Amino acid sequence: METKRCKVLVIGAGPGGYVAAIRSGQLGMDTIIVEGERAGGTCLIRGCIPSKAIIHAAHKFHSLQKHSADKGHMGIKLPSPAELNLKDLISWKEDIVDKLNKGVEGLLKAAKVTLVSGWAKFIDAKTCIVTNSNGDIRIEAEHVILANGSIPIELPFMPFNDDVISSRDALELKELPKHLVVVGGGYIGLELGIAYKLLGSEVTIIEAMDSVLPIFDKELRRPVELYLKKNKISVHTKSFAKGVEKSKNGIKINYTDSKGELKSLEADKVLVTVGRKPRSKDSGIEKMGIKMNEQGFILVDKKCATNMRNVWAIGDVADSGEMLAHVASNQGEMVAEIIAGHIREFDPVSVPAIVFTEPEIISVGMSPDEGKKYCETLGTKLLTGKFPLAANGRSLTMEAEKTGGFVRVIAREDNHQILGIHAVGSSVSELSGEFSLALEMGALLEDVAGTIHAHPTMSEAFHEAILATLGHAIHIS
Amino acid sequence: MGEIEFRLPDIGEGVVEGEIVIWHVNEADVVKEDDPILDVMTDKATVTIPSPTDGKIIKINGKAGEMLKVGQVCIVFEVEGAPSIEKTEEVKEEKSESQEIKKEIPKPQIATKPQPQVRKKGERVMASPAVRKKARESGIDLASINGSGPGGRITHSDLDTWKEAGSPVAAAGPARTALSGIKEIPVIGLRRKIAEQMSKSYSTIAHFSYFEEVDVTNLEKLRVHLNDNRSENQPKLTYLPFIMQALVKALSEHPQCNAHYMDEDEKVLQFEAINLGIATQTDKGLFVPVVKNVEAQDIWESAKEMIRVSSAARDGKATMDDLQGSTFTITSLGRMGGLGATPIINHPEVGILGVHNAKETPVVIDGRIEIRRIMRLSSSWDHRVVDGWDGAMLVQTLKNFLEHPATIFM
Repeated sequence: METKRCKVLVIGAGPGGYVAAIRSGQLGMDTIIVEGERAGGTCLIRGCIPSKAIIHAAHKFHSLQKHSADKGHMGIKLPSPAELNLKDLISWKEDIVDKLNKGVEGLLKAAKVTLVSGWAKFIDAKTCIVTNSNGDIRIEAEHVILANGSIPIELPFMPFNDDVISSRDALELKELPKHLVVVGGGYIGLELGIAYKLLGSEVTIIEAMDSVLPIFDKELRRPVELYLKKNKISVHTKSFAKGVEKSKNGIKINYTDSKGELKSLEADKVLVTVGRKPRSKDSGIEKMGIKMNEQGFILVDKKCATNMRNVWAIGDVADSGEMLAHVASNQGEMVAEIIAGHIREFDPVSVPAIVFTEPEIISVGMSPDEGKKYCETLGTKLLTGKFPLAANGRSLTMEAEKTGGFVRVIAREDNHQILGIHAVGSSVSELSGEFSLALEMGALLEDVAGTIHAHPTMSEAFHEAILATLGHAIHIS
Repeated sequence: MGEIEFRLPDIGEGVVEGEIVIWHVNEADVVKEDDPILDVMTDKATVTIPSPTDGKIIKINGKAGEMLKVGQVCIVFEVEGAPSIEKTEEVKEEKSESQEIKKEIPKPQIATKPQPQVRKKGERVMASPAVRKKARESGIDLASINGSGPGGRITHSDLDTWKEAGSPVAAAGPARTALSGIKEIPVIGLRRKIAEQMSKSYSTIAHFSYFEEVDVTNLEKLRVHLNDNRSENQPKLTYLPFIMQALVKALSEHPQCNAHYMDEDEKVLQFEAINLGIATQTDKGLFVPVVKNVEAQDIWESAKEMIRVSSAARDGKATMDDLQGSTFTITSLGRMGGLGATPIINHPEVGILGVHNAKETPVVIDGRIEIRRIMRLSSSWDHRVVDGWDGAMLVQTLKNFLEHPATIFM
């Protein structure tokens, strides 16, 4: 068996692993990265990026339909309705994915990282065997970075198959389902559900909690709920899926409704998006002697170190924060630098959360409830200011105000430190960078108020929300 | 044109006199209201006195280093529009009802730099990512620094100030030329206070010193564990809080060491309360802020209070109360290490403990060499009232607690 030795071994080439490997290579460390599928991970290959491609295409298709309606739209009229070819759409999406996958491989190569294809199996904490078509390779490393990622959670009573699909399968459909039932109204289910609705499917959402997107506060999710209602996506809250069975036209899903009564729905596909779980059960991780919690997340400290010396865990597989690509990438870069002798720690003031529903949602920093509690412990009060996109010129020109969106700011009354920034509305996701920067820099309301925001842009709505928090917004009475 | 005599205002907290540190003005200068005119050092703090009026200075009384009494005329202004000359008698205890021009005297302001804001309980540290990076790389816990930026934000210069205070030794220059200059530095202000106190301690107290090594391997484990599992509002523990807690127990067993020797009255006052002075190096000089009633605090509370009083001393924000009432003093030589020291007792106390850095050291245990974490302690005692046996026993008791850290908490 061929044996390779290296300073840094990274398991998994997702947004955590490949960033760790590139940084490690940049720092001059001898680095190997092992990937069982394609470099890019869930994010690039079967998550963030492909879903955004499909969402973009869905919006395009939907707006073309407006232009082909009786009177057209904005004075633009198409002579005949737009037609959807889902197969071509999926292959257009694949082109984007291929481009990014090649890009990552190129970057790894440029950083002198060796990419080994195959699934790694650890025999002890610093040694693994990778199996691929060319035989087995044994890899021994000084440092191991586990970036194994996560997989969709399967419901035991309705396992994934041709009819019951995961978010991954939903990005590869060959045919548009007439009726798509989504089990789980979190961000993944809603993003895909809305996209399929825009592409022409009938969509029904079954959610166990009393609202969709339960992690956000009521005010913030209200525009999304209104959009679902207006666009006839039916939502059954406090409802629980019970199982699927074959029916003559396809399948039937059984569920209990909010009153506990057993109901059923005919469907073509059932998309299950009830969450993701860490991928810590395969790869022989149990042989490495590292500690995990009950859910299978690998326990790490603020440096992403596990209990085993020189074994690190980052991203979704680690118990180190939200299961988000940008968390994994940040941690990947950090761990590579720590191994190279830098002094680092995972200590962000905030981790931005974005949902690409229609309208989009951003939340950065504390929620209003958290902010209120924090202010109470400090003996001060919470200031809140809100500015509607309907009063922002650029939003009107982009039809971004239609969904009742707004930007909202919360801050401390005593020293005006900004504690949280939230926005909902079409196309608001690109505002998130400024929100995060404000929080990381410890900005006060006056810092943003004193910053000129370009006209005409949606970012003016942030400036105005800040002014509203100070009690003197201009474009609202 | 008229004249106004300006008397040293009441600087508060029972202060009756102050030492002139520096005059910011000269005779014949024209000043504006609120311009700084002089710095006065009281027992504990330096106060900048602002001008009470617009006008020309005709006369100033006293030179840097001289004492001024509260109520004493320190400056005479010539002021436009003021009534003819007003000369008043020296104000003693009671206020005279003379026709002194009653001009509202602005409240004196302490120091001139932007004041760092003391963080509230549970308040998060506010600092930009670049400041956080720099702090981490310098091994500085930002939680121990108060920020002077807007809203209490910790700035780059706050960090630099903190770093400078921690390592005051400047590097030697590369050039090697023979030098002949002599810089004369007047010993005034806090330096004079320190000098006086040290002379008194050293000339009246019959010091003896005693050294010991302590194996803190187990204590280090406990310390790391507590730090790893502490909640957000609990401070990071250094060795000092453990030593403070252990001293509570050791001093209760040896009460003759927690005392004041009032040599002029020929009596010893033994205290029940354990108020620990923490010798703190600041950019102004040595301060000894006091953590009071350590016996009533748990380790987190004493750690927090120690951080509070020492940063208050460093930031020049310590109150009179923070700086007096100690029954025993600890001087930490931690960062610098050293083989031993002979610390000078903080008069009228009867003992002082010097704490050196802990480091991994080869130690012979059962015929084998093992690597243990060893900390050196230096202590000095007032041999007039503390016998050698008692001082040594106190240190041995303390060692016992520190080597078996569970017993500190039993």
